[in-house]
Amino acid sequence: MAVALLALIPLVYVATYIVIIGPREIWELVFRPRVLDLLRNTVTLAAATMAATAALGIALAFLVERTDLPARRLWHGLLVAPLAVPAFVNGYAWVSLDRSINGFGGAWLVVTLSYYPLVYLPAVAALRGLDPALEEASWSLGHTRWQTFARVVLPQLRPALLGGALLVGLHLLAEFGALALLRFPTFTTAIYDQYGSTFNGSAATAMAGVLVLLCLFLLLAELRLRGTRHYSRVGQGAARLSEPVALRGLRWPLLLLVTGLVVLAVGVPTYALLHWLAVGTSTEFPVDDLLSATGSTVVLAALGALATTVAAVPVAWLAVRYRGRLTTLVERSTYVANALPGIVVGLALVVASLRLVPLVYQTALLLVVAYAILFLPRAVVSVRSGLEQAPVVLDHVAQSLGTGPIATARRVTLPLIAPSLGAGAALVFLAISTELTATLMLSPIGTRTLATEFWSASSELRYGAAAPYALLLVLISVPATVLLMRQERLHP
Amino acid sequence: MSALTVTGVSKVFPPTGSEQTETRAVDDVSLHVPHGSLTAVLGPSGCGKTTLLRLIAGFLAPDSGTIAFDDRVVAGDGRPVPPQDRRVGYVPQEGALFPHLDVAGNIGFGLPRGQRDSGSRIDEMLDLVELPRAFRSRAPHELSGGQQQRVALARALAPRPTVVLLDEPFSSLDASLRESTGRAVARALRAAHATGLLVTHDQSEALSLSDQVAVLREGRLIQAGSPADVYLAPHDPELARFVGGATPLPGRAGQGVSATCALGAVTLAHPASADDLVLVIRPDQVVLDPAGVEALVDEVSFYGHDAAIRLSVGGAALVARVSGPSAPRAGDRVRIGVRGTVHAYPAPVRD
Repeated sequence: MAVALLALIPLVYVATYIVIIGPREIWELVFRPRVLDLLRNTVTLAAATMAATAALGIALAFLVERTDLPARRLWHGLLVAPLAVPAFVNGYAWVSLDRSINGFGGAWLVVTLSYYPLVYLPAVAALRGLDPALEEASWSLGHTRWQTFARVVLPQLRPALLGGALLVGLHLLAEFGALALLRFPTFTTAIYDQYGSTFNGSAATAMAGVLVLLCLFLLLAELRLRGTRHYSRVGQGAARLSEPVALRGLRWPLLLLVTGLVVLAVGVPTYALLHWLAVGTSTEFPVDDLLSATGSTVVLAALGALATTVAAVPVAWLAVRYRGRLTTLVERSTYVANALPGIVVGLALVVASLRLVPLVYQTALLLVVAYAILFLPRAVVSVRSGLEQAPVVLDHVAQSLGTGPIATARRVTLPLIAPSLGAGAALVFLAISTELTATLMLSPIGTRTLATEFWSASSELRYGAAAPYALLLVLISVPATVLLMRQERLHP
Repeated sequence: MSALTVTGVSKVFPPTGSEQTETRAVDDVSLHVPHGSLTAVLGPSGCGKTTLLRLIAGFLAPDSGTIAFDDRVVAGDGRPVPPQDRRVGYVPQEGALFPHLDVAGNIGFGLPRGQRDSGSRIDEMLDLVELPRAFRSRAPHELSGGQQQRVALARALAPRPTVVLLDEPFSSLDASLRESTGRAVARALRAAHATGLLVTHDQSEALSLSDQVAVLREGRLIQAGSPADVYLAPHDPELARFVGGATPLPGRAGQGVSATCALGAVTLAHPASADDLVLVIRPDQVVLDPAGVEALVDEVSFYGHDAAIRLSVGGAALVARVSGPSAPRAGDRVRIGVRGTVHAYPAPVRD
């Protein structure tokens, strides 16, 4: 319960603030030309990116999973690789190579290249889990392969497609680093500017309110979808592999297209990193700074991962063992925080701590709390799936064999959920290491992490100095990406 | 091992979201399981048999009534004894072996640390459930369903429990495996002189494995007795249909122990207690008889060694079991009679 309440702090903060300010002023703060501009920017970018990532994700998933494209396994690995590059590093890569990449076009290009795997991965998993018998039945009823794709396969992919696209939308609403670097103002960047330059609480909060509404809209859409999602396979046993579609004459042109995409999505950031690393090491290579930034990143991430996982256990426990309206509400309320951008969580904690417990302002504790709020859902998902592997009947058997509740937890439940606790903690650890927005707002003065150091260097256009930090950030993200890919494979 | 005595136990579940009214899952049930014997609790799904088992195991507390192992009252007399102190062996439906432990780890789970390490008791238990000792280091997922159930039984028996509770332990097994596993489990229970309670919805399992059959319906105990008693002298027509697959036929009482129905004159097991009767006729009582009444064969299910034929006789439908090779075909007209005595019950009064 306490965990859920903590997770709701940001939402409560925005709501109470809006009530305190009063409708008149909110009206004036929100309905300004500037805010309407931001709204237009944010919504068009979100819509355009969701459409582009959806189209790319589905097309690539089909190409890799269901056709005779050469070297499909290699392409799969390369197509997922952008997940390991934080979007703000990707933005840095593009803008550092060519300053003319900016505005709507540049932002659209960069975020699409960063986020399409969020649709691609679930689409691949859904295609893999799809029973080929469905398609065979459709052919036997006289449909061509393309008709079959449109009328049988695509409807089955709908949950993966829409779920992935909504996730892209949520990521985009929260995106700060990449869009700031590409100089495309959205709510998130504007809130940060307001907060940083004028410390104008009311204006920033009013904009945060609009942002939260947009997020909640997407979240509700996601929940509705999840409710109606159904398994694509009815029967038992392993799915057969389907015959790949022969691309014939299209084979080489399509291969060229996929190669081009991979060059843009993976090649460009890699090249930019290596280039600036070469330039940077020739000018400056501050080993001490790098080490201390890595050290504080690791300490913060470890603390955050520990706190988040510990907080996730009771939430997941209640949700699995005592299913009911209240426990579902508790679990869902932590998900709401997942939809809240780091900027809103950061802002809320700044104000809440200053008002209620000024002692913790500018401490690592507050930052760890922010991380816990932001990444709780990831830990809950992991712990939950672990607890589902430890059904209550095992507890009953242990009890009937003379084991008390504490010994049962030690000898049965913990060993069973330990792997998923570890996976959850690892995911949170890696997510915290590359978190930028909340870290920028909340880290105590003097604390330098990889993300903040990278940010200060690249926003001052010292691209060479930023490169080693960017490289470390990418390296840290690789294991998380592998973990995510594995989860996707296990739970299609 | 001890005897198990359940006296007047009731359990009511409060209304939930889907059920508007409260559910009397177990309603004033009394049952005695003698030391070293196996009792099957038989009933359709939702009859309360699993709730009864969970009450005995201690996962639930009864609203009223007492549960005792020999003289030791474990529920209904002050604070109920928690499950870990009752020393019951519990074998759940899917076996529920601990997936992170191997076979030896599972069987030894309830043993004190010293015995767990020495391992002689574990070998003893593997022998008892007729599994090779080489299975000690196997992981649960490397075992077949039947083997998992045997390990689950060995795990339950290892700490020498007072009673063993088996919750539909064979229902997740294939039909062929179900029978052999069932017999192996019953043998192991007898060899261990265990007092056992087996919950099942399968009447042939209940009749063939147990010493006593207790039939539960809507939370109430309808009849408890030896398998032959329950099969041959069912308490009411519904039980006769459930346990023996018997067909109820309307009939009229005649002189003494005779009665008449669509099949002509039959002999009753006891003198009739009313004029209008319901006669229950088991499939094995219906025989092809050239001197009997004429019947039309509607449907034949041929099993090889025997066949079930569905007949209509003067508006009534009837099932008969005949030997396979001599089975008639659907559409044939045959003559049938009734063998042995028939149980009769007063017909329900109609308005």
